[in-house]
Amino acid sequence: MTIAVIKFGGSNCEKDTVRALSYLGIESKIVWYKEEIPEDTDGIIIPGGFSYGDYLRAGSMAAITPIMDSIKCFSEDGMPIIGICNGAQISCESGLTPGLFTTNKSCRFICKNVYIRVENADTIWTERYEEREVIQIPIAHGEGRFEIRDEEMKIMEKNNKILFRYCDENGRITDESNPNGSKNNIAGILGDKNTVAVMMPHPERATLPELHLMDGSKILQGFLR
Amino acid sequence: MGTYNSEVIVGLKEGVLDPEAETIKRSLERLGYDLKFIKSKKLFEIKLDAESEEDAKEKVNEMTKRLLANPTIHEYKVDIV
Repeated sequence: MTIAVIKFGGSNCEKDTVRALSYLGIESKIVWYKEEIPEDTDGIIIPGGFSYGDYLRAGSMAAITPIMDSIKCFSEDGMPIIGICNGAQISCESGLTPGLFTTNKSCRFICKNVYIRVENADTIWTERYEEREVIQIPIAHGEGRFEIRDEEMKIMEKNNKILFRYCDENGRITDESNPNGSKNNIAGILGDKNTVAVMMPHPERATLPELHLMDGSKILQGFLR
Repeated sequence: MGTYNSEVIVGLKEGVLDPEAETIKRSLERLGYDLKFIKSKKLFEIKLDAESEEDAKEKVNEMTKRLLANPTIHEYKVDIV
């Protein structure tokens, strides 16, 4: 079991991610985006950061690098792939997942712990949670507002492709608990295959005991087969 | 083969929230201006070699679709100037 953690120029969560995986007993390797993804790779994480300085739109430049084409091929084979924060922005910009993450409604960079609700517990990422379970997890982003065309949104909802929504501590989906103005409070979604997920919150920052918040560990345990 | 100058203007589609413009509007109002509406757009100036004006426009259109704009939220206009 080896997870490839993809590093672009400006990624800055790859070491946190490796450390969190290691705590969970999952072996991983940082892969520079110009390298080939190793043959023994069992899963991929596109970690957070500020690839290409967030120029143009967050994730837009990393999205058109050749490694993303390889990642799309792996995704079609059902490989577990998760994009976190900037990794989520890159994945949506590349078309790996639909919609996009854009400027927060407040225009501010938001860095705090939030509550999210598990909307679909029937995926490798969420099978260790209960359906509608509320977990606490940190966010840290300036461009995390999920946007998608209304007709695509309907299809996603119908196909149960919403993974997490921002909520209050009691699991209520409210405007007040939506930190960035995301459409329908969306915090994470699934790709064509449910083995592909993207989310703006950081599970790797809610995995280690010394960080006193471990609600995100079960997401990364999704790699354990 | 000739050299062409083009301008690409990328803006948000109608109905898409524009937090940047809203923030600028509030700041302008703080300076005492009364605004009815404000929208921010990005302008790209691109110089390139192409077979013809048509070819240049086609190339710039392609660049815009592939990178400069995201069709989920943007509309754009390409001009050869």
